[in-house]
Amino acid sequence: MGKTLAEKVWDEHVVRSTPGEPDLLYIDLHLIHEVTSPQAFDGLRLAGRKVRRPDLTLATEDHNVPTIDWDKPIADPVSKTQVDTLRKNAADFGVRLHPLGDIEQGIVHVVGPQLGLTQPGMTIVCGDSHTSTHGAFGAIAFGIGTSEVEHVLATQTLMQAKPKTMAVTVNGSLPDGVTAKDLILTLITQTGTGGGQGYIVEYRGQAIQELSMEGRMTICNMSIEWGAKAGMIAPDETTFAYIEGKPEAPKGDDWDAAVAHWKTLVTDEDAVFDKEIVLDASEMTPFVTWGTNPGQGVPLGATVPSPDDFEDPSDKVACENALEYMGLQAGTPMREVKVDTVFVGSCTNGRIEDLRLAAEIIKGHKVAEGTRLLVVPGSVRVRNQAMEEGLDQVFIEAGAEWRGAGCSMCLGMNPDQLTPGERSASTSNRNFEGRQGKGGRTHLVSIPVAAATAVRGTLSSPADLVRQEA
Amino acid sequence: MEKFTTHTGVGVPLKRSNVDTDQIIPAVYLKRVTRTGFEDGLFAAWRNDPAFVLNNEAYAHGSILVAGPDFGTGSSREHAVWALQNYGFKVVLSARFADIFRGNSGKAGLVAAQVDEKVIQRLWDYLEHNPGGEITVDLESQTVSTPGGEVQDSFDIDPYTKWRLLNGLDDIGITLGHDADIASYEARRPSWKPVTQRV
Repeated sequence: MGKTLAEKVWDEHVVRSTPGEPDLLYIDLHLIHEVTSPQAFDGLRLAGRKVRRPDLTLATEDHNVPTIDWDKPIADPVSKTQVDTLRKNAADFGVRLHPLGDIEQGIVHVVGPQLGLTQPGMTIVCGDSHTSTHGAFGAIAFGIGTSEVEHVLATQTLMQAKPKTMAVTVNGSLPDGVTAKDLILTLITQTGTGGGQGYIVEYRGQAIQELSMEGRMTICNMSIEWGAKAGMIAPDETTFAYIEGKPEAPKGDDWDAAVAHWKTLVTDEDAVFDKEIVLDASEMTPFVTWGTNPGQGVPLGATVPSPDDFEDPSDKVACENALEYMGLQAGTPMREVKVDTVFVGSCTNGRIEDLRLAAEIIKGHKVAEGTRLLVVPGSVRVRNQAMEEGLDQVFIEAGAEWRGAGCSMCLGMNPDQLTPGERSASTSNRNFEGRQGKGGRTHLVSIPVAAATAVRGTLSSPADLVRQEA
Repeated sequence: MEKFTTHTGVGVPLKRSNVDTDQIIPAVYLKRVTRTGFEDGLFAAWRNDPAFVLNNEAYAHGSILVAGPDFGTGSSREHAVWALQNYGFKVVLSARFADIFRGNSGKAGLVAAQVDEKVIQRLWDYLEHNPGGEITVDLESQTVSTPGGEVQDSFDIDPYTKWRLLNGLDDIGITLGHDADIASYEARRPSWKPVTQRV
């Protein structure tokens, strides 16, 4: 019997396999940031251990960092301590670090791919659940906790039970204006936040093949939001074209050897998945969340659901709780929901293609009165590229705030936060209670919906802008 | 890591599904560089509500959390496990755990015991009739029980994690014992694999 893509990559990384024990898996790339690493380095110090492979380790600062005044010392002393601790740890243990102010600084999941360090067939881990992003290249990539960070630092391996595999086949093409974000939000609502639990998911089918690398990263990024161990997409010409020429990509003969291997990284025709889901992309529409987990979503054209719409008693209660927290009335059209802040950015939607798309929609419009638009590039490189293309001017002329690189308002850990009761349309990945700041209310949206919402002040799609002009 | 064999303590009913890691500990509390002191952030938003279960004196010193399904979804923050442990929890019972949370629990020594949803309901019923009631979780026999025998059921935990918890073993120590295997794997890795620096 043939193997799935996930099984091939997994099997290539097994250092040791013993019945009754998890596999010992080799890790090709370990990404590090300031929040989940300090206790791991402390553990190494206590045990007198060193980092086994500093040459397979890369650190950057993203969660805590401000997106304005990044040339000044970090104002919050506790955040500053955490960032300073990373700098000291990187220096003490010989780890390459891209600190605030460095040209390669940015969100760890934007930095890896843009450096060309993220490549097909790798195992990639980071103390961050959105490590699943890197699966877009045909890598097995997943988030780990701090104990595991320490384990990887010390041994360059992880003990992992082999997950089951699932295929999500998306047939047809996404209609105009419908993006990878809408696709993944649709899938999560269909499966629930636990639907992927225990599986490495391979996304395949026409709609996936037609996506750019940025779109594929958006899909894989949110694999964790339906509980999957990891998400993967088989590498193809789109993948190779993205990697070729990147700073850390293989060159010359190495490139040929790498591509020859990468081309073998596809699921064999006779391979069997433990589970399969089939979706039709051509039926998808702009999709937004109304509740407090990423599985509580509806098409933008729908209304806020009622607890009565759910049969399962715990779903009913979850709906009641969510409506109360979100300050929403069942039956309200989603398009009538007024938004205070629009956030464009994050490891889900903070890459150059995302900013180009947002700028294209916003160009010639103004941000609605009473609404704030925050545009936060995923990395310094993305920021510089956007400025080279004049995108910053489009945003600034529309009345948006053009910021520095970082996780920003995706999580309430740095100065960019919602205030209690403030409502956002956010291109990020989590609408949990308080995720963007205590009491903040989050609607997860795609880039086109975010841009149109900024212009109209209520949840909208670009089609609404056209209608407005007519 | 401390050994875990059996624990008897006050059960705390958390009647919510999808308790995500931002609920267990909001990001703003993640800034410490130690493994301790995270108890202040545990369920921070909910603890402002006087009706929240941990604000009930009967449950304030609980050590066994009886939670709804899909507990620990979201971020990879091990701080969620530390916050529970720092507060005094030894065990979390749920019908479904998010993978990363379950893994982190096993590494840090918190028992994430998976039980049938009906068992959770029976435990909630028991605690409703006996606020502050005790529950016993025995890892060797994989059982959860109450003193009056109201609940007597088994729970699931993967055998490897169980073995490590029972013996209080440190993963890194175990893995370093396989150093020769790691070195031999490294010797056969393709040379074109990327590196972050030449060392």
